[in-house]
Amino acid sequence: MSTQEKWFRFGKNLSPKRQRGLTVASFMLPLILWSAISYVPFIWHPEVRISEVGDTIYFDVDDRIDIETFQLENQNMVEAGSVPMVGERVNPVYFPAPHEVTKALYSAFVTEPRRDGEPWFHESVAHSVRVVFWGFILSSIFGVPVGILCGVFNTFSKLTEPFVEFFRYFPAPVFGALAVAILGINDAPKVAIIFIGTFFQQVLVIANTTRTVDFSLVEAAQTLGAKPGRLLFKVVIPSVLPKLYMDMRILLGWAWTYLIVAEVVGTSTGISWFINQQAKYRMFENVYAAILVLGFIGLGTDMILGAIGRQLFAWEDGRRSAFSRLFRKTKPVAAEA
Amino acid sequence: MMDVPNKLNLPSYKEQAPDVKARLDELKQQPVVIEVEKLVKEFPTEEGVRRILDQVSFNVHKREFMSIIGPSGCGKSTVIRMMACLEDITDGVILVDGSPVSEPGADRGMVFQKYTLFPWLTVMKNVMFGLEISGKSKFDAEREALQWLDIVGLEPYADLYPAQLSGGMQQRVAIARALANKPKVLLMDEPFGALDAQTRAKMQAYLLQIWEKIDITIIFITHDLDEAVYLSDRVLVLEANPGRVRELVEIPVSHPRSPDQFLSPEFLTTKIHLEELIHPSAEESQDEFEVVKMAATGVG
Ligand SMILES: Nc1ncnc2c1ncn2[C@@H]1O[C@H](COP(=O)(O)OP(=O)(O)O)[C@@H](O)[C@H]1O
Ligand SMILES: [Mg+2]
Repeated sequence: MSTQEKWFRFGKNLSPKRQRGLTVASFMLPLILWSAISYVPFIWHPEVRISEVGDTIYFDVDDRIDIETFQLENQNMVEAGSVPMVGERVNPVYFPAPHEVTKALYSAFVTEPRRDGEPWFHESVAHSVRVVFWGFILSSIFGVPVGILCGVFNTFSKLTEPFVEFFRYFPAPVFGALAVAILGINDAPKVAIIFIGTFFQQVLVIANTTRTVDFSLVEAAQTLGAKPGRLLFKVVIPSVLPKLYMDMRILLGWAWTYLIVAEVVGTSTGISWFINQQAKYRMFENVYAAILVLGFIGLGTDMILGAIGRQLFAWEDGRRSAFSRLFRKTKPVAAEA
Repeated sequence: MMDVPNKLNLPSYKEQAPDVKARLDELKQQPVVIEVEKLVKEFPTEEGVRRILDQVSFNVHKREFMSIIGPSGCGKSTVIRMMACLEDITDGVILVDGSPVSEPGADRGMVFQKYTLFPWLTVMKNVMFGLEISGKSKFDAEREALQWLDIVGLEPYADLYPAQLSGGMQQRVAIARALANKPKVLLMDEPFGALDAQTRAKMQAYLLQIWEKIDITIIFITHDLDEAVYLSDRVLVLEANPGRVRELVEIPVSHPRSPDQFLSPEFLTTKIHLEELIHPSAEESQDEFEVVKMAATGVG
């Protein structure tokens, strides 16, 4: 490159190399900040962890105390001629260092539950995934068709959307007690919370997306003899499918955000239960590990869905999908007039 | 403008050479495919009902190539969309082969100015769309689609997606897709309006070739007078506000058509006549009127 590429160009993409660099940086910057706060003492480290108690009667080994308290106590003891405490500056227990959390990411999975009958960490994770999965699937089974019908038929839209619009302002958690009363204390009320949290948004979002259909395609199909059923299934749905797919990815993210609410409804379960439990034991590295696992599952699912979508909807930029490339070979042709 | 014909000493556009006259007489003997009778279109607006089309009547004969021209906003698209039943008819009637139309159908194929190929289907599948609706087997549909792609010269591109084609190629596929249904009439609403001049000229030649090759009646909207004269047997001139038939002009240019005829006396005299009919000056004042109205109502 002869000229230096500019960093800020209105509405223009950077080179792929720079884009990749920035993606890496978006993860590296928080990590560097976290490491700096964790490993460079003078940045924060507001507490002291005692390694030798000396003559003090107030504290034990491994206690964490404010640096001011530590200095005051030692000053008193030195003046009184006693042996002062020894300790190192640390961050509060709720701010574990990267290596501790990394270790917990592994150890959380292999640490036996404290009490008999309590789930392992991976069982808690699986439980959470199950609740979100069923809530989202059930919501989609009803929400997607209703949304599409609302988007296509004004009658449907006017009949359902005003109420849905109203209902979606009830925060899903307010139905917790009701759901438990109706559905019992097992997973059903939890699935119901995810359902309520997702369904009403889903109807509106899918309806709006369906309405963005390029109507000239519908008209073209009509002049080719297509009747309403075919217009819906062969024109409207295929044409908005990439956008619907994108909506579903975003909605799945919302469903995840209702998980934490759903899991404290009735009996506490899943990752939330694990997080609360670990916070009680003050095992904060496990808390962070569990939060990170949630993030990994979310991001991982979305990336996989994104990759599948790029293949399914390759036609959007006139590409042939990897799936279809498996089945037939194309003659390479250059476009002319 | 008015004294140009005198200077050039052009004949009247009404003078027809014997072969042209014979051809047009024969055309007018052909059965009427489309009969538009006292067509009225009104749109509700804020200031009340606005009449866009007023008592528009005309006939289109079998195998005819008819163009519709007129100042922009005079209702050309509305007329053709009403024929396709994409707009409701306020009053009047449109007969196709003698029966009134009431809903869109494959007997009236349409090509739009906007590219309307289905982007998720390959070129081939696009052309097969109507064939499959008509109940043809996949095998027959594929075979016929390939024949039509061959006619528009795009057979090698059958497996590509629309996004991979140029605008002109997309419109050729759209023509093939509409023709594959064997419609009684092909409705074209400024189909080449979005193309560059060179591609446009090629497409006009293609369209004439196709029209000569197969048994099809074409109604063609354009705002390009050269295009109208070059392609048509007759040109329907509409006037604006409300849209009414100004004149149905018979084109005295002989067949087969070729670009050499653009400078022939009969071509020029017809074009000049059409230009006078459309009154570009009147259109401008109409535009000014709209601007004044918008300013007065505080819009825009
Ligand atoms: N759906 C509609 N509602 C109200 N007015 C319309 C509608 N469609 C078209 N019109 C008006 O009808 C007139 C004719 O439009 P159109 O047939 O598109 O003109 P043309 O194709 O000759 O340029 C225009 O003034 C336009 O504003
Ligand atoms: Mg128009």
